[in-house]
Amino acid sequence: MSANQSPTSPVPGNDPLDTGAPAGGLAETVLAEVPTAAVGAGDPEPVAAPGILRSIVRRPATIVAGVFLLVLALVAIFAPALAPYDPDVQDLLQRLKPPSAEHWLGTDDYGRDVLSRLIFGARVSLWAALQAAAVALVLGLPAGMIAGYRGGWVDAILTRLMDALMSAPSLVLAITIVAVLGAGITNAMLAIGLVMAPRFFRVARAGTMDVRHETYIEASIALGCSTLRTTVRHVLPNVLPPIILVISVSLGTAVAAEASLSFLGLGVQAPAASWGSMLSTASSNMRLAPYLVWPPGVMIFLAVLAFTYVGDGVRRALVRTRSGN
Amino acid sequence: MLRYAGRRLLAAIPLLFVVPLLVFALIELAPGDPAVILAGDEPTPERVEAIREELNLNDPVLLRYLMWIGDVVRGDLGTSFLSDQTVTELLTRRMATTLSLVLVAMIFAIVLGATLALVATLRSGGIVDRIVNGFASISIAIPGFWFGLVLASVFAVGLQMFPAFGYQPLSDGFWPWLSHLILPGIALGLLPAAEVTLQLRSALGQVMKTDYVLNAEAKGLSRSSVVFKHSLKNACIPVITVLGFRVAEVLAGSVTIEMIYNMPGLGRTAVEAVQGRDVPVLLGFVLFSTTIVVLVNLIVDISYGYFNPKVRS
Amino acid sequence: MARETAPGATAGTRTGATEPAADLLRVENLSVEFPAPSGGWQTTVQDVSFSLRPGESMALVGESGSGKTVTSIAVMGLTGATGGRIASGRVVFDGVDLTAGTQKQWRDLRGPGMGMIFQQPIRSLNPAYTVGDQIAESVRKHLGMNRRQARARAVEMLEMVQIPRAAQRVDEYPHAFSGGMCQRVMIAMVMACNPRLLIADEPTTALDVTVQERILELLRDLQEQTGVALLFVSHDLAVVAELCQEVVVMYAGEVAENAPSEQLFFNPRHPYTSGLLGSIPKPGLSTDRRLRAIPGGIPSPGAWPHGCRFSSRCEYAQPGRCDVAHPGLVRVDGAAGHHARCVRVAELSLDGVTV
Repeated sequence: MSANQSPTSPVPGNDPLDTGAPAGGLAETVLAEVPTAAVGAGDPEPVAAPGILRSIVRRPATIVAGVFLLVLALVAIFAPALAPYDPDVQDLLQRLKPPSAEHWLGTDDYGRDVLSRLIFGARVSLWAALQAAAVALVLGLPAGMIAGYRGGWVDAILTRLMDALMSAPSLVLAITIVAVLGAGITNAMLAIGLVMAPRFFRVARAGTMDVRHETYIEASIALGCSTLRTTVRHVLPNVLPPIILVISVSLGTAVAAEASLSFLGLGVQAPAASWGSMLSTASSNMRLAPYLVWPPGVMIFLAVLAFTYVGDGVRRALVRTRSGN
Repeated sequence: MLRYAGRRLLAAIPLLFVVPLLVFALIELAPGDPAVILAGDEPTPERVEAIREELNLNDPVLLRYLMWIGDVVRGDLGTSFLSDQTVTELLTRRMATTLSLVLVAMIFAIVLGATLALVATLRSGGIVDRIVNGFASISIAIPGFWFGLVLASVFAVGLQMFPAFGYQPLSDGFWPWLSHLILPGIALGLLPAAEVTLQLRSALGQVMKTDYVLNAEAKGLSRSSVVFKHSLKNACIPVITVLGFRVAEVLAGSVTIEMIYNMPGLGRTAVEAVQGRDVPVLLGFVLFSTTIVVLVNLIVDISYGYFNPKVRS
Repeated sequence: MARETAPGATAGTRTGATEPAADLLRVENLSVEFPAPSGGWQTTVQDVSFSLRPGESMALVGESGSGKTVTSIAVMGLTGATGGRIASGRVVFDGVDLTAGTQKQWRDLRGPGMGMIFQQPIRSLNPAYTVGDQIAESVRKHLGMNRRQARARAVEMLEMVQIPRAAQRVDEYPHAFSGGMCQRVMIAMVMACNPRLLIADEPTTALDVTVQERILELLRDLQEQTGVALLFVSHDLAVVAELCQEVVVMYAGEVAENAPSEQLFFNPRHPYTSGLLGSIPKPGLSTDRRLRAIPGGIPSPGAWPHGCRFSSRCEYAQPGRCDVAHPGLVRVDGAAGHHARCVRVAELSLDGVTV
């Protein structure tokens, strides 16, 4: 074992049993398997996107999860038309009412309609997740491709930095960043995006290194193509499929992280509703209105589960497309 | 072995200082005067000046950072903005709660995860195996703090089986201590438990197919010896790796759980520090968390020596 | 299926035996199945019978895919552990039908009754425990020794298989041993419980040529010293010739020919056996014969031809005879205990080993 390995990637010896991957549950496993199963196959051919799509379509669980997310997105987009009440209008005579015919999911401590807040909360939660994933993508993908392409000290420094980012407890890091930048949903998502960036970095770096010395890349350089052109035309197609997988898993992580930060009052600011801030309300009214705990929690759970299943579908498709060639 | 551990520790130390560097860089990069931002919503000139003083904001960022490291090496983490306590004092006082919580959560995760994985392996391919796998896959997606809310709502507030909130130190007795940690510990431990289950189940499945397990069977050893002695030790390696990674997330998860259960731990301190823009406390908290993570990874590294004798030589 | 001989009598009599001792192991009409990729079960070994007397050594010979390893695993009662099942037939050890008994009965026999060494010695030892520990655990289980006695036994066994500095090496982990040394450890482990039957599944295939010879010598010596019966599984007839008195040739999951060694080597009656013999390189012995490989490959389970399973590769195959019906194992005239599965057994004159 070399001494310069970071403590975040302990790979003992070369025992066949050592996975060495930071494999965790389904979601983490999905991420962990990307470099080895999908990218590391050493197949010079970029994965054909249609094959992946066809493969995904064959898995019912992935379809159900995808349809669920699509419906969720539509609900978020058409929230004003779908919500029965204005989510922010207070009715102090209707405080903490259990579910009824008028308020299907009851009302909160300001008499606001829980269903309406849940619908508008979908908007905030999904939009926040997209922001965080975008931040992570913008930070991680180019850095990873540069590190993989250049190698040497650029690679060493970037890898070290990303390893450090990854080893710090993510939420701790995120709240620290929020503390410095100030509370608010955009800053919170910036923080989460930064924390998730190493995932994109790793996959992009592995995918780039994989093809860096393939003949068609060397040839492209020899022909005098610019580095940028070579990277975009030849390296990106190899990096992109596993990145799609990381995006879908990261969206799930971001939904959960946004909920945590908003629950702590560091994300979305009152009176706007997100699923996390609704749970904060539920927490302070646990004795009087225990029913408030369920709707936002179930929505977070289902959204995270759906993103995980979509990610798993993508991963299986990647593995199958690779091994099928 | 000792030299190996020492080398790993040396390699890990720089890591401790990378994350704080990031915080310093962020303070520098944040738009506007950092002292004014950190002073909060209604900054008084005195407070702005005090912050400028405490954080040496008049000096260049790199110098500030190096000075902070110099102080840290001497054991001085600065003084809290909110109270006049030193950060070291504050963190030490609240550390026991968080470490107790993390400990209970990890023990719960290992016990439940290992039990489920073993049961599933012994009934490989059967209905129990599938139920365990389904349970673990779904548990992965359950947000820990929501699960904590549900547990508190059902078992503490509803059924009143456990004290709902607060914390009792171990010096008050074992049961009072544990009873306050059971619900938050389970909430915090569900995710790592699910991960241990999935990881150990899959590792055991692979190990059970190896030649040496077939050889153990060929030696006429009992089923339990084949599973517990010959398979488990080898299957533990990937699980230990996962647990090492997971400790960081459990530590992070303790922040929300401490808020829900109103426990006076580090997480709560951190949230209060964020609300009060208490940068010295936050930096101390970040340093503490990273140290724990580095130490855990070191323990994981050393444990490989036990599980995989090849590493030792 | 038409059978012309009783299964129990197929390989029981050895030439020159004066008194008929009771069989130690009798495999009767054994069929083994594994899950097919397309679902359902697929027969991998079909209707195999042979028997072995105490102290005797017998070889199971065939190319990879012939079912010889599956057969030996089945004798050990490990078919279930490898994912398969015994579909029919019996494994009778020391007069007891193990296929009719419980798993525990079979498990208790593994160790003191029968032991097995495998093709990949390095992979067969658990990397997480010392070799001494792995030898000691079976002795403690089966011979009821305490910790100290078991350790002494482990050292004694390592000395017996000629591992230098046995007293020190007993505390080392498998990764510190070479392939040949690992196989010695395996042999020590199996022999520590004084088994009556030793199954060796290609024990030298994964080893260096120079090491192979010494492992074979060790097996021969051990057999002389302890009187253990040996079921030797190999694809290499040259090795078998030095070690075994009886040979069972398997092809595509069934017995193609069986005979006492000498008989089989000099007078093979199945074209497959003749082909195998022809592919033994004989340096310095016969310059007139080139190494003769059998063309084609063994058909995989599920793709077995309707007629003789060897017919597609057989140079003597006759359309209309060999590919019509599945031939039975027939007794070869004038030779005790010699059977071949070939419809042309009476008309062919095949090459054996020439000296």
